[in-house]
Amino acid sequence: MTEKRFMAGNEAVAEAAVQAGCKYYFGYPITPQNEIGEYMSWRLPEVGGTFLQAESEVAAIYMVFGAAGAGARAMTSSSSPGISLMQEGISYISAAELPCVIVNMMRCGPGLGGIAPSQADYFQATKGGGHGDYHLLVLAPSTGQEAADLTMLAFDLADKYRNPVMVLGDGNIGQMMEPIEFRPLGTSSVLPRKDWALTGAMGRRSNLLKTLYLDPVILEKRNLANAQKLREAVKNEVRFESYLTEDADIVIAAYGTVARIAKTAIKNLREKGLKVGLLRPISLYPFPYQAFSQMAENVKNFLVVEMSMGQMLEDVKLAICGKSKVHFYNRVGGMVPSYDEITTQVERIVKEAR
Amino acid sequence: MKMDAVFERSKTLTSVSTHYCPGCGHGIIHRLVAEVIDELVVREKTVVVAPVGCAVLLYNYFDLDAYEAAHGRAPAIATGCKRVHPELVVFTYQGDGDLAAIGTAEIVHAAARGEKITAVFVNNAIYGMTGGQMAPTTLIGQKTTTTTTGRIPERAGYPIRVCEMLATLEGAAYIARVSVTSPKNVIQAKKAIKKAFETQIKGLGFSLVEVLSQCPTNWHMTPAESIKWVDEKMAAYYPLGEFKVPKEA
Repeated sequence: MTEKRFMAGNEAVAEAAVQAGCKYYFGYPITPQNEIGEYMSWRLPEVGGTFLQAESEVAAIYMVFGAAGAGARAMTSSSSPGISLMQEGISYISAAELPCVIVNMMRCGPGLGGIAPSQADYFQATKGGGHGDYHLLVLAPSTGQEAADLTMLAFDLADKYRNPVMVLGDGNIGQMMEPIEFRPLGTSSVLPRKDWALTGAMGRRSNLLKTLYLDPVILEKRNLANAQKLREAVKNEVRFESYLTEDADIVIAAYGTVARIAKTAIKNLREKGLKVGLLRPISLYPFPYQAFSQMAENVKNFLVVEMSMGQMLEDVKLAICGKSKVHFYNRVGGMVPSYDEITTQVERIVKEAR
Repeated sequence: MKMDAVFERSKTLTSVSTHYCPGCGHGIIHRLVAEVIDELVVREKTVVVAPVGCAVLLYNYFDLDAYEAAHGRAPAIATGCKRVHPELVVFTYQGDGDLAAIGTAEIVHAAARGEKITAVFVNNAIYGMTGGQMAPTTLIGQKTTTTTTGRIPERAGYPIRVCEMLATLEGAAYIARVSVTSPKNVIQAKKAIKKAFETQIKGLGFSLVEVLSQCPTNWHMTPAESIKWVDEKMAAYYPLGEFKVPKEA
């Protein structure tokens, strides 16, 4: 067993990335995730890596493009407005099929918004974000420990599928300090060789990383191949946590920070004799549609709680497909729902159901 | 009788016909860059970053490991590659819209960091691929499809002198402007490109060669007229020469 270190979620993400073999970090300062870049600025040189503070998020994501294309494990991190700036590059990276990790510690928006936590980038993260048909694989930690674990997993998934992976946290996950244990995955599966990487065409045919296909016949084939690749990921990489759902009459659907708060509410509600559970998506893309769909066979009321105007809500409704009632509770603008608020919402649903 | 070859295709170039228009400067500039790579014997350790613009397909002509960048982002991609593989020779090849408009931030900061990459900057004072719109380097009075009565500074501002701007930066080690309008200028251009690559190989810092180039198609001129226009109009506003040379070079 490795020793536990007391650190902020942002630092945990950074150290986890280093331990996963990431040697290149490119980023631009933005609150509330600055600790990631600050940590990397001294930590990466220790392992012979490079930290570079870019002139913008636009440049940072293309530096990641360059480093990933050169065959290295590379990452960037930012928060909502900065992630918006990166969308162009993320589309190109997806099109060029380059593995990399992008961390978004979400803050409230739109616009400059504020620096308090939010989950309002769910659509942007899971549905594409930039132009064209593509998806990121999206992992949503709900604790500092999980932020570290999922960051390590993200690098393996990126290499496995040659696809960018986003770790989607929020300001709360990034700032909160917790004991963290670093547990390298000890990858059992063999990751594909990067024989497509640009390293100088020494004794081999030259490699090319491009995204322009002027012939629609060829581009359609590329689009379909990418979709097929993502279908594989959808089949293999769904991750979720079921918490006290076996006997539940009501199931709360929440991810990240909100899921953690919901657990406290569930504890209180169970003490009052109410059978409440939690279904927590860990992978937001691929989304655990089937888990929700199956649960809806027995559970008649779901409560989606989000720090957005209702984004994951749409995926939950899509999964449940009218089989059960889907209720919604949210706080936005940087406000975080309290467990008391969630408790009250559940009690209201129980009362109405009687 | 045994014949000695006195002229061959550069080993760095592929054997295909190009998509460039008759009279365009890209063909000459490609050839010069390829000759320099051949002479420095670095083909197998060179990576090129293609721009968006007329040269977007340059990887069809250069037998090199290649990235195709988004518009203006080539210096950032080159930075990422060079930081991973400092032993490689990494260069961008960019037009004026790519480098001096949408990618201004990327080129300025690559130069400011002293990034050990080389930029070949082809300035033909117009957007070629999109059909002849005003570029950041379009001359005052020059007619384009978005300045149909000629570029008026009150409305469209002034052309940017990239070399002079970048030469003010400490990180920039070699900065030069050349043209390819005559045999003499072509020889000068090749010398500058070679110096730029050598600057990178010696690890002295950022290097850029601006090549004034002709675009007969979008200038609505014959190739001969376009050569004259570069010499008389462009070179008057964009003087040829070296703006910065490394102390060791």
